Order: sequence, then structure tokens, then C-alpha cells
Amino acid sequence: MAKVKGDIIIDIEKCKGCELCASACPQESLELSRKLNSKGYHYIVKIEDNCTGCTNCALVCPDSVIKVFRRTDKKKEQVATITNVTGDITVKVKS
Amino acid sequence: MNERRMLSDNHYEDVIAEESVCISDNLVYDRPETLTSTPMHYCPGCGHGVAHRLIAEVIEELDIQDKTIGVAPVGCAVFAYNYFNIDMTEAAHGRASAVATGIKRVLPEKYVFSYQGDGDLAAIGTGETIHTCNRGENILIIFINNGIYGMTGGQMAPTTLVGMKSTTTPMGRDVHDMGYPLKITELIAQLPGVYYCTRVAVNSPNHVRKAKKAIYNGFKYQELKKGLSFVEIVTNCPSNWKMTPVESNKWLEENMLPFYPLGDLKVPQKEN
Amino acid sequence: MKELKLMKGNEALAEAAIRAGCDAYFGYPITPQSEVLEYLAKEAHARTGMVVLQAESEIASINMIYGAAGTGKKVMTSSSSPGISLMQEGLSYIACAELPCLIVNVVRAGPGLGTIQPSQSDYFQAVKGGGHGDYRLIVLAPSTIQEMVDHTKLGFELAFKWRNPVMILTDGALGQMMEKVELFPHIERKFELLPWATTGKTKDRERSIITSLHIQPEKMQETNLHLQRKYRSIEKEEIRFESRNCEEADVILLAFGLVARICKKAADLAAEKGIKVGVFRPITLFPFPYEEINRIADNARIFLTVEMNAGQMLEDVKLAVNGKLPVEFIGRMGGIIPTPEEILNRIVEINEGVTV
Repeated sequence: MAKVKGDIIIDIEKCKGCELCASACPQESLELSRKLNSKGYHYIVKIEDNCTGCTNCALVCPDSVIKVFRRTDKKKEQVATITNVTGDITVKVKS
Repeated sequence: MNERRMLSDNHYEDVIAEESVCISDNLVYDRPETLTSTPMHYCPGCGHGVAHRLIAEVIEELDIQDKTIGVAPVGCAVFAYNYFNIDMTEAAHGRASAVATGIKRVLPEKYVFSYQGDGDLAAIGTGETIHTCNRGENILIIFINNGIYGMTGGQMAPTTLVGMKSTTTPMGRDVHDMGYPLKITELIAQLPGVYYCTRVAVNSPNHVRKAKKAIYNGFKYQELKKGLSFVEIVTNCPSNWKMTPVESNKWLEENMLPFYPLGDLKVPQKEN
Repeated sequence: MKELKLMKGNEALAEAAIRAGCDAYFGYPITPQSEVLEYLAKEAHARTGMVVLQAESEIASINMIYGAAGTGKKVMTSSSSPGISLMQEGLSYIACAELPCLIVNVVRAGPGLGTIQPSQSDYFQAVKGGGHGDYRLIVLAPSTIQEMVDHTKLGFELAFKWRNPVMILTDGALGQMMEKVELFPHIERKFELLPWATTGKTKDRERSIITSLHIQPEKMQETNLHLQRKYRSIEKEEIRFESRNCEEADVILLAFGLVARICKKAADLAAEKGIKVGVFRPITLFPFPYEEINRIADNARIFLTVEMNAGQMLEDVKLAVNGKLPVEFIGRMGGIIPTPEEILNRIVEINEGVTV
């Protein structure tokens, strides 16, 4: 099995510290910072280097502050597909 | 550790580790450009944000930004037009589906959706909702059901669960006094004009994926001129349920979903 | 060649809407104006592709208008008094969002369910705002079926010129009676992309937002100030009135709409008795011809305002006169139309110095 390495970038200024991402993370790699952002929220930070890039955190984030990256050793074409009633659509990842 | 740091107002830098995975080739999830960069006013953990993003993602993926007109409600989502980077109209309380009807009737080739809360759609706007659905207007109605009036501070909604406390049912909703929670989605599914009717949630990654598919279907059916699509999204209201966001999503799973079960209420019949 | 027809008021108005290039009509049946919807349902779509939709209520109709007007299309609705009351919330939103549209009120007598007979008792509602907040409709008051036709065309022009809702304030008698009208030629329906309209955000412009919500008081005040500046400009440019024999009259009758025609008859009867009577008819009720009324007050001895209500335009006449001369009043309510004879009797009494 190809080794998967993931990572995220958190827009800490827009994070409201709701922790939904932390509860959705299967790797338990997210936690609230003790620091505050300029809005006065404790923001989320990644505390473990075990991210798989599964996107769960970004999916449940109400403020869309998480960018997710994923690298597999075997370089795959970076496309994802969503199956729908009318057939497949291709979601191209921005570059 | 990768994070965004503020250097000064509106000036940030993204700090990424050396040999980072965080290069554009590896990007697998980012906010859609059909959302504006305006920070949302919603409380921490509120499901509106996820619902907004899913709609924006679908609009981006279908490449219909220039053909989509949204209708915002009165309620917590009253400022929805600040977040969608599309043309939008802010309707009066309860009237979003009538406003959407007006737009769609004069611009039938555009995609029109209304985004309404439970008070808006199922209390003050019940008449408009039922008749818009019954006419089979070729639009998408997104119905956000969190069982409470959020914007006005936590009063009882038509969808408030039996026994659930709100500021106007301080002892919990008593059916002898306030009647039963209104399952308007089940009502709407009965109407012949409705082509697609489903109930989803956004409280877990898996539910979010299904919710997005439902919204996608709604837009796609509109493109195919099939009639009305109705997507109920069961969401939380941490502030007025007086819980943390994580607790509220758990409470939603344990209390809301048994009464408002997820799944399709009406799906298109196979066409021969 | 002139196109002359004998037509019922409501139907003539509907025909004029089709000819004016109206894109959509949303309405709900109510006596005495249901013929507008009926005529359009029968004629409009087949002839011009105009959208005609019977809504589930007047509340839905006006909100459909709000949505459709926001796209920059030429849209209208019609109703009668109780239905227009239901539309007031929507009208307030439309006025604040500055959407062009045409609303027709074929007035019946109120208050409440009232009666289906003609009245002018919605003057305050039409002219002073009607819904919540500081806003104005441009209000046109036709007195003939010919004017119902002409005002439909003019109403759309003014609505788009000023990005403001326009109301035609007519009544159940004008709506139901038949007269000879000259119809104007068809104006082709064409869709112009307006920069503020919600037609789908293209790459070359910012997104269009139709809203009446500005939560910051400073912003909301600015919105209000902008509206007020617009209303002052409308007052400068759009006042319309008809003045008959007002320069040398002793008694001047002031009336709008249908009642002005009855006043003309009364004035003719008075002339036979040797009394010089002028008739002044505001055609636009907002903007109201205050200055002109003030001016003609210089030469007259007394004003007599006649309305089918308890004295609504009377207040504006008194404001215009500003105490220069006495303003008498005849008001009929509940669906009763004043007769030329009763007006004549009052003119004779006034002329003889009898006041009530």
C-alpha cells in the first residue's frame, strides 16, 4: 500500500475554535491552541504529524478555514470523482 | 506545523514546513471561489457555514456561477448574500420561495435556489412553501432545520422537538399547548409537483458528503427542468441549544435524527 | 391609423400592459379587479410570451414581483384594497431595494372587508407610504379609462426612470365601466441587462445584491437619505395635474380620479347659474402639486375638495393652501359616488356664504 502523507493549512484568523474538526479527525491530530487570534478565539492547531489528508476536518469546518493536502508515494493523477444521477463529474484540483 | 499568520491588517503569510506536503500539486480540499472571503457571522460550530460551503462548491463544480441566483431568508442566514459570490436577493421573512418563483419565471434558463430556515419556511412562510412546491417550480429549496429560532434568540420553532426547551417553551415544548413538531418535508414529499425531496445533515464528514450530493442533485434536476427539488438539512444551533458545538452535533444525532430521519423521501422514478 | 375600442377599465389596463411590453404579471383574484388577471391569462402569453401567474395570495404576488423586478424585467401586479393592504410589507422592501414595478389598486370601500363598490379611501396608504419605513410610491390617479391605458405605459416608464415602484390608484367604478379608448401601438418586449439586476454574476462585474437590509445605522441612514433625495427629485420633475378654469374662479373644486369628472359636470351646472367654478385635478398624487394649488389659491375665494373618503387628499390640499383660504369638503364613503347635483348644491351654498 502506498504511503500516504497529508497536511493541512489552517486560516487561524478565521477559525472560531469550534473544535468540530478536532472531533472529526480520525488521527486525533488537532487541538485548540492556548493562544487567541485577533477575534479573541482560541484557534485550532495540528499537534501531531500523522495527518493522512482525509479531508474530514475541512468537510465539517463551518468557516472553511482548512486547506488539505495529500501526497502519495505513487504519484496519482490529482483528480477526484463524484458519482451522480446523471453520471460522473470530474472535480479538478486547482493548481 | 503549517499555519497562517497575520502580518498586518489583510496581510498574511502562510508558514509551511520544509519539504512540505502543502504544495499546490497536492491540494485536495480548499474553500470554493464561489464563497466570498468575508468571515461568516455565524456562531462557532454553526451548521450554516457548512451548508453554505456545500452550495458554493456545487455551483463551482457545475460552473454555473454566472447563471445562479440565490434567495436569502430572514433568520440567521439573513446575511447569506455576503458569503455567496453570486447574485442574490434578500427576501422578506417567509417569502423566499415566492421571490424565487418570481425570478425563475422571468429567467427560466437560470438556476434559482432559496435558502430558508425552519421559522421562515415552515411557520411564517408555510403558504408560500406549499404552493411553490405544489406548482412544481423548477427551483431548489434548501431548508435548514435546527429546531429553533436562532436570530431572535432561541424561541420555539415549528420544528422544535417535543419536550425541547426554548425561551418561549421554558418548560419544554408541550404538545397540548404548542402542538407537535411540523415534519414539513414529509408533507412536501406528497406533492406531485415535487421531483426530489430528501433529508440530510452536516454533523459528520459522512453526512456532509451525502448532503453535498443531495444539493448537487437538486441543481442537476433543475438543469434538466424536472421541477422542484427540496433538500432539508438538519443542523445544530450550539448557542441556543446551550451546548458546545461538539455536544450539539452529538445531541443532533441522538435526538433530532430519530425524529427527523435522514434519507430520500422522494426520488425520481426511473424513466423508460 | 388610430386604434379605437370600447373597453372595460380593467381589461383596457390589461391590454395596455401587454402593449407596453410587460414581461410578467403576478396576481390574485379580488373584486373589483379580477378582470385584469383574467384578461392577461387569456391574452398575454399567446401574444407576447408574457408570464402570467395566479399566485396563492397577494403576499405571494408582491414577493414574486420583488424577485422578478430584481432581474430588471418589466413586471406588474394588480389588486384591490384588502389585497393591497397585504402587499404593504413587500412594497416597503421593493421601495427600499429600489426596484421598478407597477402596482394597480382598483380601490374598493373599506375599512376591513368593506364593500366591493368604488372608493378613494386608500389615498393615505398609497401616497404616504402604506408599509413600514420612510418611502414613497409614485402614484398616478387616472380619471378615465383612456388614462388607465396611458398611465400603464407611463407607469412603467417612470418606474424604470426612477427605479421606484409606481402605483396606479384607480377605483372600482373605473375598473368596471366601459369607455372608448385609443390604444397605443405594441412596444416590443426586450430584455436589457441592468447593472444592478440579479441576472447571474458574470466575470466582468461584481455580484448584484437586492436587499433592504443595512444593519449599521449609518448605512441605513445613508440609504434613507438617498431615497429622500430621489423623492425630492421626483417632486421637482414629475408633478402632473389638470387645471380647468382655475385662474378666474371664485370656487375651485379639487378632486382626483373619477370624482374629478363629476366635479367638472358640477362646475358646468354651476356655470349655467352664473357661478365661476374651477376644477383642479392632481394626476400624480405623489408627487403632489402643492405649489400649483398654493398658487391658484391666490385668486380664488374658497376651495371645495370632493373625495370618496373621509377627507384624505383634503389634508394635502390644506397643507398646500397653508391657510390662504377656507377649504370645504364633501366626502362620500362606503362605496357611494357623489352626484353632480349634491356638489352643485354645496357650490351654491358656499357661493351664498353658507358654511358648515
